[in-house]
Amino acid sequence: MNQTVQERVLKVIATSKRIPLEAVKPESSFEELNIDSLDRLNILFDLESEFEIEINDEQAKQVQNIREMIDGVTLLVQAKSAPLSVE
Amino acid sequence: MHRVVVTGTGVVSALGNNTVSFWQALLAGTSAVREIVAIDASQIRFKNGAEIRNFVPEDYFDAKDIPFMDRFAQFAVLAAREAIGNAGIEWTADLRETTAVITGSCLGGRAAEEIGYWELFHNGKNRIQPLTIPLAMSNAGASHICMQFGIEGPTYTVSTACASSSHAIGQAFWMVRSGAAPMAIAGGSEAPFFLGGLKAWEAMRVISKDTCRPFSAERSGMILGEGAGMLVLETLEGALARGASPIAEIVGFGMSADASHITQPLAAGPARAMRLALRDSGLAREQIGYINAHGTATEANDRIEAAAIRCTFGPHTDKLAVSSTKSMHGHTLGAAGALEAVACVLSLRDGMLPPTANFLTADPACDLDVVPNHARAATVEACLSNSFAFGGLNSVLAFKALS
Repeated sequence: MNQTVQERVLKVIATSKRIPLEAVKPESSFEELNIDSLDRLNILFDLESEFEIEINDEQAKQVQNIREMIDGVTLLVQAKSAPLSVE
Repeated sequence: MHRVVVTGTGVVSALGNNTVSFWQALLAGTSAVREIVAIDASQIRFKNGAEIRNFVPEDYFDAKDIPFMDRFAQFAVLAAREAIGNAGIEWTADLRETTAVITGSCLGGRAAEEIGYWELFHNGKNRIQPLTIPLAMSNAGASHICMQFGIEGPTYTVSTACASSSHAIGQAFWMVRSGAAPMAIAGGSEAPFFLGGLKAWEAMRVISKDTCRPFSAERSGMILGEGAGMLVLETLEGALARGASPIAEIVGFGMSADASHITQPLAAGPARAMRLALRDSGLAREQIGYINAHGTATEANDRIEAAAIRCTFGPHTDKLAVSSTKSMHGHTLGAAGALEAVACVLSLRDGMLPPTANFLTADPACDLDVVPNHARAATVEACLSNSFAFGGLNSVLAFKALS
């Protein structure tokens, strides 16, 4: 399955919050989807598992909507697979 | 109904293992927040805590008794020992049979359980230490207190997260006030510095990487602490009859549930608990001069607590001093209510208010006089001690100075 990062993030959110996938759009706000602070913790945890990344507290705090979640995960996934550069 | 006084206090904390050193450190604005050494913190996102370092059980207990007590129970017994000693109790057969012992703890001896799980799940063993349950059970503190002092009265343990020992003290107060018990040993203990526990806190993303700055605009979360606090409560007439010196009076206890969210607080719940503590005490709002806040330094608690205080006290809020001693001894979870109750009774006794340490700049959402960084001499008639727990359970104690 060659899903994009965005598709996988939306799927994690839908599964974690137990809402239909169709309801979860990149432009959706947390309020619209009734995602509160505890839901966000669970979603971040599930995203960490899905992508095998670590989202630290500072990064977590900056995420205010789904778009930022997708962007943040994308960056972390890219950082993980980027070759180490020698400065 | 009897008037109820506090005649003894006992403390085990990162600020010192007795009441005097605890109180001196609080008045000096000393913060006990340092790097965690109990475990290897390299695998944990936060690095700081208010631990009791270099605690040697052999200094306080017989070697044969130590294997039967988890750290949290050792703290409970030590604090009870000091409180009972300070109160100068002479144990008659009657007092032994009728004194209540009510303790609070969030986790009990869960560190002992973790050792068992490590054997099973990590080391692949097929058995665990036979003392695991007696070590881990949350009532172990209360049971060991009774065993050490031969107390046979009504005894139990309350577990309401961060409000545990506040609820315990409140229940004990009501028992003595109603005459159900002539005396009570009440408080709580906690020892949360073990890997699984710390990882569980890490997952909530509420622990500060910095230090504990309650009510500051720069606050970034809680700092965990450990220890125990115990109070001796008895009737005023009983105390005077046996020549004891009461420290302060306990006059009210209010409780409520937010019925809102399992982790996020709601101002109405804490406001109701404060109002009910006032009503239970018969005090007017204007008689309260100081509040020892729950003040965990999370973004949510401090903001909501400030709103709840303003809702309860109206214009009198501007005359209140409100400080969080968690800035110095950390958030001791099940022991918090008890340690903070000790701070309250000593503030009334000495006319000195402990500060909110580590304070930088004011947050407009926490519009309170938080006694920043330096203790303050202030003769206060009465004070409240707030504890607002996860799960929206709120407990407030009211204390009054003795004239």
